[in-house]
Amino acid sequence: MKSFTYERPSSPAEAASAVAKTPNAKFIAGGTNLLDLMKLQIETPAHLVDVNGLGLDQVEPTSDGGLRIGALVRNTDLAADARVRKDYGVLSRALLAGASGQLRNKATTAGNLLQRTRCPYFYDTAQACNKREPGSGCSAIGGVSRQLGVIGTSEACIATYPGDMAVAMRVLDATVETVDATGHERKIPIADFHRLVGDKPEIDTTLRSGELITAVTLPKPVAGTHIYRKVRDRASYAYALVSVAAIIGKDGTGHVAFGGVAPRPWRVEAAEADLPRGAKAVTDRVFDGATPTHENAFKLKLAERTLGAVLTEARA
Amino acid sequence: MKFDTPAGTNPIDRLKVVGKATDRIDGPFKTTGTAPYANDWHDPQAKLAYGVVVSAGIAKGRIAAMDLGAAKAAPGVVTVVTAETAGKLGKGKMNTAKLLGGPEIEHYHQAVAVVVAETFEQARAAAALVKVTYTSEKGSFDLSAAMDGATDPGDVQGSPSGTAVGDFAGAFASAPVKLDQRYATPDHAHAMMEPHASVASWDGDKVTVWTSNQMIGWGVRDLALTLDVPKEKVRLVSPFVGGGFGGKLFLRSEALLAALGARAAGRPVKVALTRPQMFNNTTHRPATLQRIRIGATREGTITAIGHESWSGDLAGGGPEASVMQTRLLYAAPNRMTALRLAVLDLPEGNAMRAPGEAPGLMALEIAMDEMAEKLGLDPVRFREINDTQVDPEKPERPFSQRSLVACLHQGAERFGWAKRAAKPGQVRDGRWLVGMGVAAAFRNNMVLKSAARVRLDGNGIVTVETDMTEIGNGSYTIIGQTAAEMMGVTLDKVVVRLGDSDFPVSSGSGGQFGANSSTSGVYAACMKLREAVAGKLGFNSADAVFEDGQVHSGNRVVPLAQAAAGGDLVAEDAIEFGDLDKTHQQSTFGAHFVEVGVDVATAEIRVRRMLAVCASGRILNPKSARSQVIGGMTMGVGAALMEELTVDKTRGYFVNHDLAGYEVPVHADIPHQEVVFLNEVDPMSSPMKAKGVGELGICGVGAAVANAIYNATGVRVRDYPITLDKLLDGMPEAA
Repeated sequence: MKSFTYERPSSPAEAASAVAKTPNAKFIAGGTNLLDLMKLQIETPAHLVDVNGLGLDQVEPTSDGGLRIGALVRNTDLAADARVRKDYGVLSRALLAGASGQLRNKATTAGNLLQRTRCPYFYDTAQACNKREPGSGCSAIGGVSRQLGVIGTSEACIATYPGDMAVAMRVLDATVETVDATGHERKIPIADFHRLVGDKPEIDTTLRSGELITAVTLPKPVAGTHIYRKVRDRASYAYALVSVAAIIGKDGTGHVAFGGVAPRPWRVEAAEADLPRGAKAVTDRVFDGATPTHENAFKLKLAERTLGAVLTEARA
Repeated sequence: MKFDTPAGTNPIDRLKVVGKATDRIDGPFKTTGTAPYANDWHDPQAKLAYGVVVSAGIAKGRIAAMDLGAAKAAPGVVTVVTAETAGKLGKGKMNTAKLLGGPEIEHYHQAVAVVVAETFEQARAAAALVKVTYTSEKGSFDLSAAMDGATDPGDVQGSPSGTAVGDFAGAFASAPVKLDQRYATPDHAHAMMEPHASVASWDGDKVTVWTSNQMIGWGVRDLALTLDVPKEKVRLVSPFVGGGFGGKLFLRSEALLAALGARAAGRPVKVALTRPQMFNNTTHRPATLQRIRIGATREGTITAIGHESWSGDLAGGGPEASVMQTRLLYAAPNRMTALRLAVLDLPEGNAMRAPGEAPGLMALEIAMDEMAEKLGLDPVRFREINDTQVDPEKPERPFSQRSLVACLHQGAERFGWAKRAAKPGQVRDGRWLVGMGVAAAFRNNMVLKSAARVRLDGNGIVTVETDMTEIGNGSYTIIGQTAAEMMGVTLDKVVVRLGDSDFPVSSGSGGQFGANSSTSGVYAACMKLREAVAGKLGFNSADAVFEDGQVHSGNRVVPLAQAAAGGDLVAEDAIEFGDLDKTHQQSTFGAHFVEVGVDVATAEIRVRRMLAVCASGRILNPKSARSQVIGGMTMGVGAALMEELTVDKTRGYFVNHDLAGYEVPVHADIPHQEVVFLNEVDPMSSPMKAKGVGELGICGVGAAVANAIYNATGVRVRDYPITLDKLLDGMPEAA
């Protein structure tokens, strides 16, 4: 870990300003990902702006019948929130499928959106990785890739966004709210929040420098059966090989997003019209143009079968 | 004490303390954080400095240049030691690659420097500033590609690399029912909770190292050899080991680098490997490729059995001896085994829990299941038909005890094996396809010389000192139980001190030889102490009975403590084993039964029930023995379902070098585990009549899981770990 300076601002705008004006500064909230990366010198911030004291830790109803989730609401609290459990079950289930109880106690809503990939080459500073060191190359292409992306990847990077919470938020059409150093507020649809890698895999999101997430809002609840199905090699404490976040109505229509397959939660709205026709019709469209490696091609079949299981569960 | 004739009745047979399910006496220290692990040690008299290991970023080649300027100039840095500055270094007998590399690099993450600083954080920051440029060389990293160039490794730990009895080729060719299959097991990491850690402190030319090591004697020898100093100048202290599984049998880099760093810094230095370094800097269980051929009559009698195994290691290393159990487990007049070793430039391979048998049985016991199906026989029955009571390669050698069939029968009964559907893919429980599997467990019982010192004081307290180690297995408790039984006192009157090279040399912990060997050493020392006590009290030692804190003889009863009224009585002895393990084959046996569910859509595999029935001599402490077995069963599930060091075959290293990437079972993966010990005593083994059990628990589990998966799904996977992607293509059509 490299030495760094540290401050605790007193307002969101002040926090944003502190990061914007200090070279190589980062926000820190729960620290469950950032601190690990700093110990390995994968992240090397010179300055940390600790946002834990800023409040932003409430879950409140919005005027249009939705929920506004403060950026610093801990994963444990969000998963246990009675309104979330009742009206946004897919989100509660996704949260509980992630990490461990101890980590969820620390991890925040905003931090979870910003967690970085688990590609093994990203985690080894002796290896080339365009996401960690732009222009150095991608060791995963032609390397070990079973866990990595099958769609939305590029010739520069095949890493995935590894989280669960954002996959549920994607199917819920959440909006990420931010503030910048000038106090300007912005609403970013979750669909636009995580970037496709393209030729700049080092940039994970569309946040601008110094822009601070203050909340995530959910629109009013969508009726239907809320399911989050995470498939992995062990029963807990592992990243998804494939996950499915779905809200399925009684008539078989609904919404679905996939995790563990792409650099962002993967949803193709146009394919959802095919849900009443069954899983294959949907995944054929959702994964149209996929470019899996020989090690992770199984994820396409797994995604189809997992969605099939979700539809079966919704019908039951 | 020489143990060269079968044990007769002795004081241990009273079983007043030994054989009782006893809480571990070190438990309260561990749960309250007062058991000092290696990284907890410090010398309050001297100012401790911290070392961080710099490890190589290539697999094979040479250091072209090393720039230490920035690191040396970094805040708090005391010294930097490299191969260039370390002075003349030798190599330990148990090490293949150098523990401090350079200029030649032999494997990825081989240590190339230790940076010592005032604080850990300063050392870690400075270590990242060491700039090393390498000249890479092409290496060999792919076992399947290297297989054809593999050679005969010669004798392996005193056994030949190959054996042949009868006419295997002819008998196999003419067998009416036969199987010829290939199996693969991947490289495994010990993945113990406590990373390698050491604190070294020099006093003149003598070094003391507080470390985490299973084998104190080997560690002293190899550190002395590596530092090129007499072994009298080395003291190792390791009272608690936070998991080893064979990964801490040997001197490793952090202990050497702590000693070198401390010598250069002129003050004590603490070094711990980081978690990412644990996977490529240390040793691992090597991957195997195995071929098994079994020929049998239509009635199920095996007429020919052949087992070949290929593994790789650095030049000068050894093979994974995964054919050893096949020499002993089943009868057959015609048989062959062979080990082949390829040179690979991956990190160093070596022992991990049940080396040889664990991966060997993962293959052999699938093959037995496949063969039973070909024969239309129940897998339990097929194993029973082919049981043997003598070494099948040397029929003049009987087994000292062999209750494999009893384990299988009792297990089948308890597990409800009769309900298993012989045809796979038939049982459904909601979204789960359900199957049952069985496998035999087999692990040899090794015995090693082991010494101890016992002291009786005027308060009647018996203190045992031996360099035996506590690796989470319960050594403190069974050694205490042994001394209490021998001296006729309760366990609270016994103090046990372990893991210090100032104490008599024990067997150490490994190969499941520790419990039986080390308690036998304590038995020997206690026999001597009993003689001293009897002499002091004027008893004929043959008549004296040690019981309830007293010594009885005829009508006379004297408190034990009285013998030490005039000063402590001390006795030291070692158990040395004769040739009973040559005249008799000493092994431990068991049967593993497993039920799994496989999700019909996603092919996720979840273990639902597990049972192990074990026959492994006298059980010294049923509570800690059960813990050993369920730990082995858990590790077996890991090997079956998820554990794999993933090799980057271009760059030559294990890519998944952290505990997020190298998955081991979590609590949610492990269902209820039942363990049954058959009531066995083995007088051929030792005066304790005990045998090993800690590694029996893992042996066969992987195959039992694999066989259960096959029974559930009809998909046979012969390439571990059995992950869902290997099942998907064979699963029923999605609903």
